[in-house]
Amino acid sequence: MIELLRQAGLNVAPHSKGRILVEHFGLRYPTIDGEVEAVRDISLHVEPGEFVSILGPSGCGKSTLLNALAGFLKPTDGSVSVDGEPISGPGADRGMIFQNYSLFPWKTVVENVEFGLKMAGMGASTRRVAARTLLGLTGLTDFENHYPDRLSGGMKQRVGIVRALATGPRILLLDEPFGALDAQTRLIMQQILTNIWQQLRISVLFVTHDIDEAIFLSDRVYVMTAKPGGVKEVVDIPLARPRDPSVCNADAFITLRGRLMNLIREESLRAMGGEMNADALKGIATNLGGRDLSQVV
Amino acid sequence: MRLVDLETTDKSDIAPAVVEHLEACRPISAQASPAKRWLRMNGQALQTAVLGMISVGLFLLCWQLLTANRVDLYVRFENVPSPADVLASIRREMFTTEFGSHLLVSCRRIFIGFALAAVLAIPGGLIMGRFRLIRAVVFPVTEIMRPIPAIAWVPMSIMLWPTSEESILFITFLGSFFPILINTLHGVDAVDPVLVRAAKCLGAGEIAIFREVYLPSALPQIFTGLTVGMGVAWVSLIAAEMISGQFGIGYFTWQAYSLVQYSDIALGMVTIGVLGLGSSLGLRLLGRMLMPWRAGR
Repeated sequence: MIELLRQAGLNVAPHSKGRILVEHFGLRYPTIDGEVEAVRDISLHVEPGEFVSILGPSGCGKSTLLNALAGFLKPTDGSVSVDGEPISGPGADRGMIFQNYSLFPWKTVVENVEFGLKMAGMGASTRRVAARTLLGLTGLTDFENHYPDRLSGGMKQRVGIVRALATGPRILLLDEPFGALDAQTRLIMQQILTNIWQQLRISVLFVTHDIDEAIFLSDRVYVMTAKPGGVKEVVDIPLARPRDPSVCNADAFITLRGRLMNLIREESLRAMGGEMNADALKGIATNLGGRDLSQVV
Repeated sequence: MRLVDLETTDKSDIAPAVVEHLEACRPISAQASPAKRWLRMNGQALQTAVLGMISVGLFLLCWQLLTANRVDLYVRFENVPSPADVLASIRREMFTTEFGSHLLVSCRRIFIGFALAAVLAIPGGLIMGRFRLIRAVVFPVTEIMRPIPAIAWVPMSIMLWPTSEESILFITFLGSFFPILINTLHGVDAVDPVLVRAAKCLGAGEIAIFREVYLPSALPQIFTGLTVGMGVAWVSLIAAEMISGQFGIGYFTWQAYSLVQYSDIALGMVTIGVLGLGSSLGLRLLGRMLMPWRAGR
């Protein structure tokens, strides 16, 4: 795949690149009621070619960290860097994929994919060839001249992924990218993403609140605490690759799921604070068929 | 690949682009007959057109009945020309050079006044929408000027400009300037900030974001402004011509009243209506050309 992309004139980041380092990252912002601490003392790292997930209840500041890595937020404490360079602003060396796809509605599928190449100054005919090659990888060639609002959610996000890959980023940042998709499509998208990642061996930081998704995709999962967000625990996912969707039924997977569920559950309850106490929740977990409360609320 | 039977499958689930693609891929024999397909696609448009014609026909009939019987129901129709009178007037005047030159003068005034307004108001609105400081400085003045109807500017305009031609152009310009400016401004306000962030992540600089995100995103609103502006431009132009002109279709209409040529009054009105309709139709076509992604709406 890498050879194919290079032949099409695309830039592919070398495997040795893309080391994400977050040290004691904290973010506070002033409000009328005083200072609010969104995240506190997050330290994590993603080695080149690694797939790492951040798992946490909603509102725990998962996106805050991604936004800092993308260059939209400046840390008030600590530092965030990629390959040793502190992040000074947004740039095409870090690809970002959004939950709501964020395709440009006024551009066709192929024009969306071309956008980053156009910004990099690539000529019109060269970038068209390059974009078509990328679309071919995700089976979207037939839809290259459609506008995004004619596509299904899964197709939109496939465009979102190749658009982010077009500029040859060193790292890929995904902010709950499959959160708006139905369960079936989500599984397929997870496989597509894994495929691409395995071949390009690009570093990935993936934000999600879906436990199964985090296990299936990742080498390592950081479980977040509720507000202010921080790292509660780091869980390694030692499942062999390539992973088949049937891995969800493996004992190792089920054990990991149970462990992550407990961690998340504690935080979800803490996040709900005084609204609910442990007694009020007794029996709810079983009524929900064993699903975690954070997935329901 | 799963085969989809287009006749029996519920298509609401599938992305529109996929349905189109599948439809195009079907063998000709399996497709509905051309006439049936045309009817299926255009049935509603056909119905609208027929109803439209009926409504215009009824309007003309009422007009004919009221004027032919010289109805006097507080509102007096005895001096109002009948459709036949107007038709005769059209036959007589339409191809005279005098009427033609009135027409041409008005069109030229609209074109210059409106084009000047668009050229100044669109960039003005974009810049005001983008830069808070410029907006804070300029906005109060525009808010004071905006509620003053362009017609109220007639005496002032005559004092300001050396010739009456220039003052009429100025009034036409003023009429369309503010609707275009305000709508462009709102269009910029409504830009999805996530799209701006997506563009930044793909390496877009300030100018590129302006061109690739703010402008196309605001375009539908800009066209709303242009359409409203065009309407107000005609109102202002006709009023200005009636008051201070020696040429133009507004002057023609007023003159017809002074010269007791009542059927020419209606001719002038009908002509103004047709010109207004034509210019807004032209704008709509231009909009459709510039915004192909909104074709389905």
